[in-house]
Amino acid sequence: MGKDLLEQLEKVKSLVRAHGGPRREVYLDLENSGLAFEEALAALQEAYRIYGNPSITHRPGWRALEVILEAEVGLMDLIGVSDGEIIFTHNGTEANNLAIMGFAKASRGRRKILVSQIEHLSIKFPAERLQENGFKLVEIPVDEEGFVDLDYLAGQVDGNTLMVSVAAVNHEIGTIQDLKAIAEVVRDKSPEAVIHTDACDALGRIPLDLEKAGVDMASFSGHKAFAPKGVGALYIREGIKIDPILHGQLSSQRLWPGAEDVPAIAGFAKALEILRRSFDECRYKMRRLRDLLINGLLGNIDGVMLNGPKGDRRAPDNANMSFLYCEGEALTVELSLRGVYVSSGSACTSRTLEPSHVLLAIGRPYEIAHGSILMKVSPMHEEEDIKYALEQIPEAVSRIRSISPKVMM
Amino acid sequence: MSSRIPLPYSPKVLELFRNPKNLGRMEDANAVATAGSLACGDMITIYLKIDEERIVDASFESYGCAANIATASLLTEMIKGKSLREAWGISWKQLSDELGGLPPIKYHCGVLAVGALRRAIRAYYRDRVKPDWLPEELTPDERHALEEEELMKILSRRIGGERV
Repeated sequence: MGKDLLEQLEKVKSLVRAHGGPRREVYLDLENSGLAFEEALAALQEAYRIYGNPSITHRPGWRALEVILEAEVGLMDLIGVSDGEIIFTHNGTEANNLAIMGFAKASRGRRKILVSQIEHLSIKFPAERLQENGFKLVEIPVDEEGFVDLDYLAGQVDGNTLMVSVAAVNHEIGTIQDLKAIAEVVRDKSPEAVIHTDACDALGRIPLDLEKAGVDMASFSGHKAFAPKGVGALYIREGIKIDPILHGQLSSQRLWPGAEDVPAIAGFAKALEILRRSFDECRYKMRRLRDLLINGLLGNIDGVMLNGPKGDRRAPDNANMSFLYCEGEALTVELSLRGVYVSSGSACTSRTLEPSHVLLAIGRPYEIAHGSILMKVSPMHEEEDIKYALEQIPEAVSRIRSISPKVMM
Repeated sequence: MSSRIPLPYSPKVLELFRNPKNLGRMEDANAVATAGSLACGDMITIYLKIDEERIVDASFESYGCAANIATASLLTEMIKGKSLREAWGISWKQLSDELGGLPPIKYHCGVLAVGALRRAIRAYYRDRVKPDWLPEELTPDERHALEEEELMKILSRRIGGERV
């Protein structure tokens, strides 16, 4: 065991210890890892006793297969599709990689891939990698609220276009794209081009009717739909051919070999069931809490701005705010010490020296991107949580600003 | 080295972030310098009060991450009472070691702090007789700070934009 590893472990332990016990804890970093419905967690725990592998012909195997099929039925119902298949992966990143890489691998002829400028890195990076294999990548620009430029898209789609990928809801700024309009523009220019959407942030937030919208493939993430971590999914419309990008032992799914995480899928199925049952209740609650959070911050702090669209064109859970003269990473640490957990689009948290590519794409200057924090509410949050956050955030911002050089103010 | 990209801070970084020492503008400073910029996401201003080539007081202001704040705080603590020549010799590696090791992605915070200090020392000697130990050429840490600023000038869009 390396000395580095043990040292790191010790550091992390002391960081956690150093926090002591905050008065209250409010977890708003659902972008990076979510909160789950209690019932979904219980379903996961219960399913740990289903030992079978769904690809084997015995009772435990069939019991596991039953769990998987239930999740598939639940997901297809919630996203409004009636044919095709659902491939279960272990997270949204895998689903996005399978969609982009797997479809490109199966393609013959067409070589152009179009993605929006604000896609999740699990779309952006695989698409960039494909350029090494002779594919041409075109990034579709967005306006200052993150909506894709449909005229530009129309100008780019041609007989060489293999696929177009645009997220139904942007993961950072909550922009709800008009998938139907995008699909129409694409089909009009090239009926054979395939349309993929990263719907990880859309599931459970907005009504999805993918068949009607003309979408061919869609990716999902369990933990972003209030299920436990460990499961993602890719919907593939009937007739779309994809090649596997991983190879190995047979699972029940040709396209994603390796043992399925049946307990996580059971948790996902339960979360989907809850969302089908109480979708409106969940999203209206989120929207109310989101507005409480956004308006509370806009009204109580100077030099604050909302990133992304307002109102119904924004995902009901998303609050992305920039605080001028307040560096975002320092703010996440300060808020952590106060029991409020958020993430930032600052370069300092991205582990590169570049701030969020999404915020830059919508035209935010670097210093606004560095001062951004991303918060997402969930059906598990209550008004009291938001009130606590609204009490802590202004104090945290003001402390971080007090450290900044006064020449800037 | 593991291929994981870790961001854990040492307890000392967290402590200095919580309770930074020598924070704030110094009205009677006789050498001041800034390194980095708002666009970089990292900016440190160092204030020095120098008496007979010795730093009698030092303070800082910082726009940056927790590591940036901790690094600047530590540096001001280390240089108090030191001669300018001794202070000039402090390296970012020393800062990182004193802090219990910065994560690799945060090394540049140490470089920026050292860059700001050396700029302040140069500023002090601008209208004075330069000592032999002060190099004419920029040191690597100073160059690094400069490069980061230049890069951001090129990359950064118009400062301002929409503000609420």
